[in-house]
Amino acid sequence: MSAEAPARPPQRIALLTEPLREQIRALFPRYPSKRAVTLPALHLVHEHLRCVPLQAMSEIAELLEIAPAEVHDTMSFYGFFPQAPIGDVRVWVCRSLSCMLRGGDELLGHACRKLGIHPGETTPDGKLTVEFAECLGICDHAPAALADDGRVYGPLDEAGVEAMLDELKRGRKDGPTRA
Amino acid sequence: MATFEPVLTRNWNVPDARSLKVYESRGGYQAARKALTTMDPDAVVNLVKDSELRGRGGAGFPCGLKWTFLPKDRKETLMCVNGDESEPATFNNRYLLERDPHMFLEGILISCFATRASTSYVYLRFEYIEATRIIEEAIAEARAAGHLGKNIYGTGFNLDVWVHRGAGAYICGEETGLIESLEGKRGWPRIKPPFPAIEGAFRKPTVVNNIETLCCVPHIVERGAAWFKSIGTPKSYGPKLYTVSGHVEKQVCVELPLGVTCRELIDDHAGGVWKGRKAKAAVPGGISMGLLSADELDTPLDFESLRKPGCLGLGTAAVTVIDDHTPIIDYLVNTSRFFAHESCGQCTPCREGTGWMSKTIHRIKNGGGRIEDLDVMLHLAENLGIIPGTTICGLADGAAWPIKNALAKFRPELEEYIRTHQTPGAGPTPLQLDVAAGRRVDLFQVGNAIAAPPPAAALHSPGRPDA
Repeated sequence: MSAEAPARPPQRIALLTEPLREQIRALFPRYPSKRAVTLPALHLVHEHLRCVPLQAMSEIAELLEIAPAEVHDTMSFYGFFPQAPIGDVRVWVCRSLSCMLRGGDELLGHACRKLGIHPGETTPDGKLTVEFAECLGICDHAPAALADDGRVYGPLDEAGVEAMLDELKRGRKDGPTRA
Repeated sequence: MATFEPVLTRNWNVPDARSLKVYESRGGYQAARKALTTMDPDAVVNLVKDSELRGRGGAGFPCGLKWTFLPKDRKETLMCVNGDESEPATFNNRYLLERDPHMFLEGILISCFATRASTSYVYLRFEYIEATRIIEEAIAEARAAGHLGKNIYGTGFNLDVWVHRGAGAYICGEETGLIESLEGKRGWPRIKPPFPAIEGAFRKPTVVNNIETLCCVPHIVERGAAWFKSIGTPKSYGPKLYTVSGHVEKQVCVELPLGVTCRELIDDHAGGVWKGRKAKAAVPGGISMGLLSADELDTPLDFESLRKPGCLGLGTAAVTVIDDHTPIIDYLVNTSRFFAHESCGQCTPCREGTGWMSKTIHRIKNGGGRIEDLDVMLHLAENLGIIPGTTICGLADGAAWPIKNALAKFRPELEEYIRTHQTPGAGPTPLQLDVAAGRRVDLFQVGNAIAAPPPAAALHSPGRPDA
């Protein structure tokens, strides 16, 4: 047990690849300030990594020439960006008024029971993340759910939720995000 | 209303209406061409001002008037399009984006020309994944065809349109919240003045308009202000997209002249209340706007008439129907939960108030309610928001209104619910009651009552009682 702490932290490998950095830099001319690229950059990183860890935040900050805390400040305000990886498909079950009136809350509970997880958690096989959402703007499908590849489900009932989960477990419509 | 001709939805049932070719073949971009090549920017502003087009996003502020607030000597103008449609039960902008993206782009083009803006940011909520894809495609198509980009129609007018995706925050639908979010910060609304027209995004004069508002502009240019004013009711002119959802047979989005009554909308367009039931109440325009009771359903849904039954306004014209099998407390649980979740946390009365409101209503729902709670809630609701002047933006007013309306219109039902749904253990503790009543609380005794203090003795001492 003579493991000594290394004198210096090991050199970190960059999380953001050069093509990804290039994609972020390409957005600079659109805005009068570099800071405005924060949200688009977070979206790009999230698409590639399925999360935005602390190190990615400081790398974004370096690119945008702002403090890492400023990136974190923005990121943590929004409900969208997780810091740890989520499942291959992320699905939101709506719980706002129109969906709630037609049983949205119960369907969220049903989906979670079926998968053995709580809202906001990922299945152990890493395939699905189920979250609740406030109005998804698809009330014409209420009670509705939205997958993060753009697929819309609804009007749902218990059988519909099960069919939806089976379909989502087969992967994304827009191709695998994980290598 | 046999004479009403829908314009906003006119391409929806046309196959392939999203493509530029079909849109152009149906007279698309003719209004933009007319405005850019034959009109002066100020003439367009005056035309829109004359049409008395009011913002479709919620507040109903006259669009043309907003444009005239821009400083005359400005060097640069920005146009922000508010596509952060997050008001519960609202989805009309999504339909516009997905089914007729070029009409929206034409609206942007004319509005930017009128306000001399050469950059436009379309702020879309991230939930509109499909709509984002469609609009990006449409922008590329329009750019390739010369409707966007440099020197449009040879007039020397340049316009860039960029899509900016949000990340799931209701508050970014507030115009200054949207601007902050666009700048890469948290979406905290700003104190006004200065209004965005004077100092908005990146400290430049900025116009913020809703998607549906902009979609009206090409039609006004094409058909004139008089045509626009011939539709609707006095002070509320033009066509409007109404959405109906909740307890109805068909959840739909329909285009009707402003001023249609809530009952007409439910019975004629949404197939009536579902399962043959009766309506108990309806939300007139997104949950911030309050509640109409069953006998108020004949209220016209326009910018003015909804004040009479005590609602906040037309909002987004998103009607949600609640049937007579639903307890009104469920509605309150839902609205209070929504606002507690979506309060941005900047102003204390809203951050704490929405949270306590939600806790109180959940306690009532779970069987721990007291009759006095209703008065406490009312007191809280009356002191929350921009109208009593305790917050920066209107989110808290939206949180207060469902409570005010529900208490004014359904108080007997709520009292009845509290009386008949008492569950032992769900109510407040004696200590909480003492604090609420302002009685002196002996903290030492209270402490003793909650947990016996550890005896002053050494661990394992012979006399120590086992815990």
